[in-house]
Amino acid sequence: MKFAVIMFPGSNCDVDMYHAVEEAVGEEVEYVWHNETSLEGFDAVLLPGGFSYGDYLRPGAIAHFSPIMEAVKKAADEGKPVLGVCNGFQVLLESRMLPGAMRRNKNLHFICKTLPLTVENNTTVFTNSYEQGETIQIPVAHGDGNYYCDEKTLAELRENNQIVFTYGLNENGSTADIAGITNKEGNVLGMMPHPERAVEELLGSADGKKLFTSIVKQWREKNAVTS
Amino acid sequence: MTYNVKVYISWKEGVLDPQGAAVTDSLHKIGYSGVESVSISRMVEVKMEADRDSVERQVTEMCEKLLANPVIEDYSYEIEEVVSS
Repeated sequence: MKFAVIMFPGSNCDVDMYHAVEEAVGEEVEYVWHNETSLEGFDAVLLPGGFSYGDYLRPGAIAHFSPIMEAVKKAADEGKPVLGVCNGFQVLLESRMLPGAMRRNKNLHFICKTLPLTVENNTTVFTNSYEQGETIQIPVAHGDGNYYCDEKTLAELRENNQIVFTYGLNENGSTADIAGITNKEGNVLGMMPHPERAVEELLGSADGKKLFTSIVKQWREKNAVTS
Repeated sequence: MTYNVKVYISWKEGVLDPQGAAVTDSLHKIGYSGVESVSISRMVEVKMEADRDSVERQVTEMCEKLLANPVIEDYSYEIEEVVSS
């Protein structure tokens, strides 16, 4: 299985993401520069955290016009797993690949700490190795992580089981404690917390590892059936 | 034609603006107890060349695509033709 890590100007978690794939699942992984236009040959796409284009205007607003984003949308339409973490989540929101928007944290502080998350849906390609309702420890590091959606959208998210992670401790003010959501089809996940920073005990938690093993597990099952 | 465009971007009604809330608190603390709420908007000035027929359409597109995030923000604009002397 081959992962792509998209690099925007200003991405700064790209190396962590790359390392997480190597460390957690030992699968093939390559960086893809934002000016590229194709993701042919990749089986999953990772949008890393950071400050793409300096977060000018709004986080993720300018990155979503990068040439590579058309290819990311295509990969998503083909059903490939697309994971956006932190700034990657913001890019997915600005691209309308996921519903809602981000605001400044409610307390206006940059929050940088490990927080407990609840796995609200363990049936997705990203969470099938977790227990339903499991509490995991994953670090967050963001200034604009205050997720917002209107009531109608929230009802839809709930109805379609799109809320995948919630905060056990909601410090940024997110609507309904939302930490991570998928699209309706379930193959695009955006989350503010950083699973790629929690893949080995040495770093304080290895709870993020299962997210990567989940992706690989589902890919293997799928390809075993078709081959 | 050259135009000066002012785009005003504000929070949609019902969307809490954390910065506005903090400034409200601050104004109360320095004695302005009559302040009910504060909302912090942005103003973007654009100078552009366009045909008279298309300028408004182009500005609306810019707002929808990039300048505002219609999920949480409203926008309005003023378009002024630059008269060359």
